[in-house]
Amino acid sequence: MILRRREFIKTSGLAVAGSLVIPPLFQSCKGSVLSDNAESYLSHFEVTRELLQKVISAAMEKGADYADLYFEHSLNNTSALEDGKVNSAYSNIAYGVGIRVLKGDQTGYAYSEIITEEAMLKAARTAANIADGPGIFSPVRINELVAPSFYPVTSSWEEFSVKDKVPFIQRMNDKIFAAENRVTKANVYLSDKTSYILFCNSEGLLAWDYRPLVFLAGVCIMEDKGRIENFFSGRSFRKGSEFLTNELVDEMSDEVVRKTSLLFEATRPKPGEMEVVVGAGESGILLHEAMGHAFEADFNRKDLSIFSDKMGTKIAENFVRIIDDGTIAGNRGSLNFDDEGNLSGKTILVDEGILTSYLHDRISSKHYNVDATGNGRRESFRHIPMPRMRCTYMDNGPHKKEEIISSVSKGIYVDSFSNGEVNIGQGDFTFFVKFGYLIENGKLTRPIKDVNIIGNGPQALADIVMAADDMLVNDGVWTCGKNGQGAPVSMGIPTVKIKKLTVG
Amino acid sequence: MNTKEKYDLADMVVAHALKSGADQVAVTISDNRSTEIEIRDQKIDTLKESNRSNLSVDIYTENKYSSHSTNRMKKEELLKFVEEAIAATKYLAPDEFRTLPEPELYYSGGGPELNTMDPKIDSLDARTKIDMANQSLNEAYGEDERIISVSSYYSDSISNMVKVASNGFRGDSGSTGISLAVTVSIKSDTGRPSDYWYENSRFIDRLKKTDIGREALVRALNKMNPKKIASGKYPVVIENRVAMNIAGPIYNSLSGANIHQKQSFLIGKEGKPVTSSILTVYDDPFIPSGSGSRLFDGEGLASVRRSVIEKGILKNYYIDTYYGKKLGMKPTSGSSSNVVFGKGKRSPQEMISSISKGVYITGFIGGNCNLSTGDFSYGIEGFYIENGRIVHPVNEMNITGNMNTLWFSLSELGNDPRENDSIMIPSLMFKDVVLSGI
Repeated sequence: MILRRREFIKTSGLAVAGSLVIPPLFQSCKGSVLSDNAESYLSHFEVTRELLQKVISAAMEKGADYADLYFEHSLNNTSALEDGKVNSAYSNIAYGVGIRVLKGDQTGYAYSEIITEEAMLKAARTAANIADGPGIFSPVRINELVAPSFYPVTSSWEEFSVKDKVPFIQRMNDKIFAAENRVTKANVYLSDKTSYILFCNSEGLLAWDYRPLVFLAGVCIMEDKGRIENFFSGRSFRKGSEFLTNELVDEMSDEVVRKTSLLFEATRPKPGEMEVVVGAGESGILLHEAMGHAFEADFNRKDLSIFSDKMGTKIAENFVRIIDDGTIAGNRGSLNFDDEGNLSGKTILVDEGILTSYLHDRISSKHYNVDATGNGRRESFRHIPMPRMRCTYMDNGPHKKEEIISSVSKGIYVDSFSNGEVNIGQGDFTFFVKFGYLIENGKLTRPIKDVNIIGNGPQALADIVMAADDMLVNDGVWTCGKNGQGAPVSMGIPTVKIKKLTVG
Repeated sequence: MNTKEKYDLADMVVAHALKSGADQVAVTISDNRSTEIEIRDQKIDTLKESNRSNLSVDIYTENKYSSHSTNRMKKEELLKFVEEAIAATKYLAPDEFRTLPEPELYYSGGGPELNTMDPKIDSLDARTKIDMANQSLNEAYGEDERIISVSSYYSDSISNMVKVASNGFRGDSGSTGISLAVTVSIKSDTGRPSDYWYENSRFIDRLKKTDIGREALVRALNKMNPKKIASGKYPVVIENRVAMNIAGPIYNSLSGANIHQKQSFLIGKEGKPVTSSILTVYDDPFIPSGSGSRLFDGEGLASVRRSVIEKGILKNYYIDTYYGKKLGMKPTSGSSSNVVFGKGKRSPQEMISSISKGVYITGFIGGNCNLSTGDFSYGIEGFYIENGRIVHPVNEMNITGNMNTLWFSLSELGNDPRENDSIMIPSLMFKDVVLSGI
């Protein structure tokens, strides 16, 4: 819905709805893995270069500045374990083309789930109405984009059946139950998605991509003297079925059992303002909420972000360097090119404490007259692209973790989270802590849980007073929500101390 | 596809699934058309037309279950799709609790006319829609020099569905919706506060089309220069527009799936007090033109009006067929229809006037609730109240506690349930709630 604020949701096993399933069966529509060339993608979608040019011409016929076509065929399979058995599976097929037309900052959009000349021309003419003049468009020569490959797949999900998946899912359940006699329930989900993307625009760019995405997640429930606690563990990558190994399953099982059992000793801290140390890895959620969204250039070009007038200014200590990177091999947030045909990159947002770049889509990079950063993303062919994060992380700082913790006399250390949210204009942001510790006189003491942390983005950024040398990228199942569109992302951070946040 | 074509296709898929080895099968075919328009500062920002279809098939074979959906409607492909789905299902573990619903629980016709479809929406032209959005925008645009930006949003939606199950269910339904919304951003010393207002209806003639931009502007202006207050226990009033944020965990804890999987703080509470005795909540599927009105639910179960909470006592969970069998309980429905809260006598302003020191909560930001334990903590924004009057806006604070105790501190219901939403919840007053600030 249009009114939603920027939210960040970690997929919890319990929230997995719909979607998914089955054997590779669903390569169905046309056969097996496509060859990495334009011809195989064109033929997959039953289109020709000439037809693409004809549809683009129709999109441009009212005098637009630009148009693009985004073809997508996605196959999504999920297998679920409940009460000890892999006993349900879900699948979804999505197929269609989105047609976008730009006139200045204005967008016309329509999509068709039927890829025929007639259906595409109709959608193109609907989207074309964002412009209102006559227009003459001469198709330009088509150039194929040569993109790098940040997520090569050893074995595709389409060649990996439900039968192959079941033993790994079952193993996690069995490991969880074997680890602790307080375990009463376990849920395990394995979800893989394979997308074929074909992109073409009015500037003659033709690009194609094969995008795998997988997550494995486990939920552990324990009961002890009438008290129930639960914890969640997940991993996600752009990888093929080589992702699934017994070692991964065992590591996740151990993690989820260990964290759940610690919760029985956990309390909730006394509410109020205090020093907060965030641990390396998952705490990158701090960057995502406190500044990442507010750096998205659509909010800034509209002057809606609290960082709208901060470009080039000092917003953090010298050691703070924040990066949004779409090029990490196999990372959940990586893209070979974004959903507007721009090559993905490594965008430095904050360098030596100075705000150096926003995250751009096509409209905002034209608005600011800067190079594209490869952040124009969309949930699917049914959605309009906009600036989105990829993997957002902070580089190592000059301190040591032990030094940071010992500098706190009264505060908290947190490293496991479920979700967060930000209000772009005022800068308020939150993240919800699933697990952490009190810090008393420089030492970690009692475990804590289920507490929200709230602060102000620019203030929190300025209040990052220490950062360690242990930067870690987290490979959890993070989905970022913005204007009703979900996008897979990841994040990372070293151990960092923030002078003051409200905990409560 | 019209309704008859949908039935024909669904019948064909059901027949093919049974022939291909399914013991039971249910097919749902739906489509949706919608328009979304955003106008920003008197210029069209976005025009979007959507037209989508979906076919989903639930397969039960050898006591094994799976569910699949696709937007590829070509017959030959669908046949292959179903065959592959059945073949794949056989690799799963059997689950004796997976079956279609008992046929006697299905809706079998003869229900009241719910009046959920406005034929006028289909024939609205683009100009009319743009004019409506412009009118909402112009209520705020240029009305205050501190405005940074005003956006207005028009959206409409026309949905139709047909469901056929192999053990006898046949049903179809249709609905429309239309809404107008405005967001306003303001420049202030401490940031760029923004707020919104919206109106929605199933019928264009019943849609309130005025005071949307105006309301959004007033709300944004009221939020300038917020301060946080000292941590402590305060009485709070939670505005109707956001009250479901605090009631949501109760709803999630009533679901059969969450009860069975121990992700509920209301396990074993049927017939017992779960809130203060002033609260009564019904699930009423039969409200004429209601946002959540329906004759049957997603499984085809005939709608029934049920009490959920009566004078604080938990009366009914939301139980679907599968978890009903697992829990040994009779299915009610796995999903809510219209959730109707009882209402009180006073407006939020009157409730505020009776508070000597407290907070009026008008927005939530982030936070979560652990459903197993009921522990929650959410970010809030709103206004500080002193001696019955609003003193200044507050933000950057949390509301914290446990759902089991919070709801017993519910002290009053407002007289203002949001009648056009499927969740008709009024403003709520609680006493002694923990807020964290300074």
